[in-house]
Amino acid sequence: MSDIKEMSLEEREATLGGIGSARKRKEDARFIRGQGNYVDDIKLPGMVFGDFVRSAYAHAKIKSIDTEAALAVPGVMAVITAKDLEPLGLHWMPTLAGDVAAVLADKKVHFQNQEVAFVVGADRYAVSDGVQAVDVDYDELPVLVDPRKALDADAPILREDVQEKDNVGQGLRRHPNHIFHWEVGDKTATDAAFAAAAVTIKEEIGYPRNHPSPMETCGCVASMDATNGVLTVYGTFQAPHVIRTVVSLITGLSENNIRIVSPDVGGGFGNKVGAYPGYICAAAASIVTGLPVKWIESRMDNLSTTAFARDYHMTGELAADESGKITAIRANVLADHGAFNTHAQPMKWPAGFFNIVTGSYDVPVGHVEVDGVYTNKAPGGVAYRCSFRVTEAAYLIERLIDALAQKIGVDKAEIRFRNFIQPEQFPYDSCLGWEYDSGDYPTALKKALEAVDYEGLRREQKEKAAKGELMGIGIATFTEIVGAGPTRNCDIVGLGMFDSCEIRVHPTGSAIVRLGTKSQGQGHETTFAQIVATEIGLPSDAITVEEGDTDTAPYGLGTYGSRSTPVAGAACAIAARKIRAKAQKIAAHLLEVGEGDLEWEVDRFRVKGLPERAATMKDICMAAYSNLPEGMEPGLETTSYYDPPNFTYPFGAYVCVVDIDRFTGEIKVRRFYALDDCGTRINPMVIEGQVHGGLAEAFAIAMGQEIVFDELGNVMGASFLDYFIPTTVETPVWETDHTVTPSPHHPIGAKGVGESPNVGGVPAFTNAVVDAFAQHGVMHMPMPHTAWRVWQTIDELGLNK
Amino acid sequence: MIPGSFAYHRPASVDEAVALLGQFGEDGKVLAGGHSLIPMMKLRLATPEHLIDINGIGELKGIREEGGQLRIGAAATQADILASDLLANTCPLLPEAAALIADPQIRYCGTLGGNVANGDPGNDMPAVMMALAAIYALRGPGGAREVAARDFYHGTFDTALAENELLTEIRIPTPAPGHGASYQKMKRKVGDYATAAAAAVLSFDGDRCASAAVTLTNVGEAAIFVTEAGDALVGTAVDDTAVAEAAARAMALAAPVSDLRGPAEYRTQMAGEMARRAIRTAAARAKGG
Repeated sequence: MSDIKEMSLEEREATLGGIGSARKRKEDARFIRGQGNYVDDIKLPGMVFGDFVRSAYAHAKIKSIDTEAALAVPGVMAVITAKDLEPLGLHWMPTLAGDVAAVLADKKVHFQNQEVAFVVGADRYAVSDGVQAVDVDYDELPVLVDPRKALDADAPILREDVQEKDNVGQGLRRHPNHIFHWEVGDKTATDAAFAAAAVTIKEEIGYPRNHPSPMETCGCVASMDATNGVLTVYGTFQAPHVIRTVVSLITGLSENNIRIVSPDVGGGFGNKVGAYPGYICAAAASIVTGLPVKWIESRMDNLSTTAFARDYHMTGELAADESGKITAIRANVLADHGAFNTHAQPMKWPAGFFNIVTGSYDVPVGHVEVDGVYTNKAPGGVAYRCSFRVTEAAYLIERLIDALAQKIGVDKAEIRFRNFIQPEQFPYDSCLGWEYDSGDYPTALKKALEAVDYEGLRREQKEKAAKGELMGIGIATFTEIVGAGPTRNCDIVGLGMFDSCEIRVHPTGSAIVRLGTKSQGQGHETTFAQIVATEIGLPSDAITVEEGDTDTAPYGLGTYGSRSTPVAGAACAIAARKIRAKAQKIAAHLLEVGEGDLEWEVDRFRVKGLPERAATMKDICMAAYSNLPEGMEPGLETTSYYDPPNFTYPFGAYVCVVDIDRFTGEIKVRRFYALDDCGTRINPMVIEGQVHGGLAEAFAIAMGQEIVFDELGNVMGASFLDYFIPTTVETPVWETDHTVTPSPHHPIGAKGVGESPNVGGVPAFTNAVVDAFAQHGVMHMPMPHTAWRVWQTIDELGLNK
Repeated sequence: MIPGSFAYHRPASVDEAVALLGQFGEDGKVLAGGHSLIPMMKLRLATPEHLIDINGIGELKGIREEGGQLRIGAAATQADILASDLLANTCPLLPEAAALIADPQIRYCGTLGGNVANGDPGNDMPAVMMALAAIYALRGPGGAREVAARDFYHGTFDTALAENELLTEIRIPTPAPGHGASYQKMKRKVGDYATAAAAAVLSFDGDRCASAAVTLTNVGEAAIFVTEAGDALVGTAVDDTAVAEAAARAMALAAPVSDLRGPAEYRTQMAGEMARRAIRTAAARAKGG
């Protein structure tokens, strides 16, 4: 019955293009031709446009909003303010973190560029003229910029709306500007370990406010079909189903009357997880006008108002014995969340998974405290290409272990070997509450050190130092925690963080696969097809992957936190296995043998002991619609919802080598070697691309990305003139490598990789920069490592003389 | 990021452009490459009522040598400068500086005239023109006149160009064979304005410096011609002492603002460092033939 029996087993496997194949990305054919379909490409009949009047001040009372002149601008159709939204209950919206956020400023503004009014008009020019013509009268208020002053007794109170509340969604708070206090670990035992320690170190380590700055800014087209009562919103959503549920909760519209569509999305990196005033206002404007309304952010709007990342002010401490073996960790964090608590973490985790701060090391005891505060800055606190607050945690531990090495005079690679969790300790229970599923850290670091000739680099560094030249070697051996997550401890607005996959196999041997995730450039159309190809024996080229339309995709929690492969990828494999189980029954019927007499081989079931008797998957697909066993339902379709039993723990060993110009402070990254272990590798080329992109972002973060404010809360440099997006000229050359330690609990052993390079890359850069100055006693240098900051260190040390 | 409304004019000749400028006065603005003006308009920081697009004027293009001068049409693009064999052979400082401006796409649009006439202290070509002792040919309702680059810049967006005048040509005395020049620009990334930049043009008589011009970009309200730095070099062998003295004099005139490129102190130091590098490189090039 086989039509491809002349092919060898290897040829058949190659034909599948399944797991392990470096096939080209299917979606790139349209992307590189400029044929993608992004939100701003969507044009609906009668569509009008909207844009915001934004606050010039960081903190001010709104005395009046005069819209008369704006309404007189030809083409302007409406100007919506908080007063107009109030009767609909839409002037404030709930956040994913249990707080509320103003949709349009209600009586006061809390940050510069905050949305004050929404102007709707026939075209973008009319709207822009209308925005200019709205006259807002403000009374300035004292501004709170520095989070370290937020909890002072005399600090200006920012949120009168919640002033009396002792809880804004994430536990008790102790000051009107306080959002939450979160702690984990054993304080008593940690204090005792520090008291008894031979060596302790303590460093203030800041992670500045930066922004995910995806290439495509946020936007939407909202279209209310009044006749049928259906609201359709096309938008830049990383999590379309969550948006549908949130829209339903906010508007009271029944969820079946809401359709959310994420078309092609031009990068997200966490920026497109949450709900923004633009979505609400476009929807409200569409309801009011009866016309589709498009809202697209400008670059400056994106950088200055939609979700930022980091802004963690950390104090980290390690206790150790004389050999550098860590005996305890302590971390105290002040988290600046801006004007509203709109961070996007699983709800029970106000500081995300920051308690992964023990990293790759066997730390007996630890204690972590995090306090979140309001400031007069844009709200956010999302995970910028990392799992929830994991990059902050990894940065802290990787910096601290370097500082410890310097303090006791042990080599920075050696101190890691002395502290690694050993391969035989997995599954490993960390002192701060995680069960690490798998890992082999010593093997990864050994491979990395050999690859870069670490000994040779250290020799060269010594020779250069003797000549007054600055060369630094940075190591980062990070561990991530991704794949949120098990529904027992992870939810967003009460929704368990499972994910889903539906597979429909067609009679002629092709299939469509739909998932609850949403690719923003990760290559889901390619990699998920490969998982299904291997599991059901149909070529990946014959498998279409579709995401992003809530009318067709099964419910899922979306794509962020490297969760797509660990969660939706697992759902893919489990759904495919259900398909294969039914296929086996059909094969038994076709071959007239018992089900148990069959064995699976690449793309077919064959009869054990009679290899020439086989039914290919292609044959079975047709039979599923034409020739079924007695009593079996026709068709070959299934859906799987996957609730992961645990997180996955990708890890890596990175080495960065920098040369620093001692007259200008400019840093040249001479070499960057990245070894990633993401478990089973689905598509090595896609992984390599992910690592390249993540490292480029890590480089940008370490070397230049910072959202800066002046003392009045004015946001400085919110454009790509100042906000550092490296070009190919600045971006270093990356060397990639891997080890493979499959996840024991994931159906195919995969762990996720998209964010590892950001988590591991940033500390590798900083460690290299600081290492260049270690001989002069420097323990830490603040990010970003701009030339002028580095030069200041050089100048203070007199190294430029 | 949407400009207000404006009227668009596309004159075919300099005379026509000058007439339009005279007609609209301060409400009119010349559009050349547009890479300074259009972003300002999109931010509504510039709101001209009339845009006078000079890209259709043939007489404003072209690069040629005439009467001991290199003559470059004001509408010649940075890409034209990079592609010119004449400039590569006679005045390599110009393509060297052009290559440090923006990125290739922008250099196909951005013009030399726009860069020098706009009066933005961040533009690179004013300092280069000062170092080369360039002369700007201007045309207004009253006729043509010439202004030396070294006299042209009064402050930020404040130049000798009158509202009703058009810059038509840049005239550079053809540098003597054997001269050495260099433009050293420190920037955060491709496309950025200089944290600090310096140009140096030197000539030698034997092993002694015969003439020297040193200028700075983006460390003051306008490009800076550091007369004293040149004086410190002339007559010397451009040794370390002379270079240090020239750089110190350059730093003394630098008065940058603190911005996200760095504090004023740092940018001043970098002006000195770029001056040092420009002088050393120019000297090496002169000595190397």
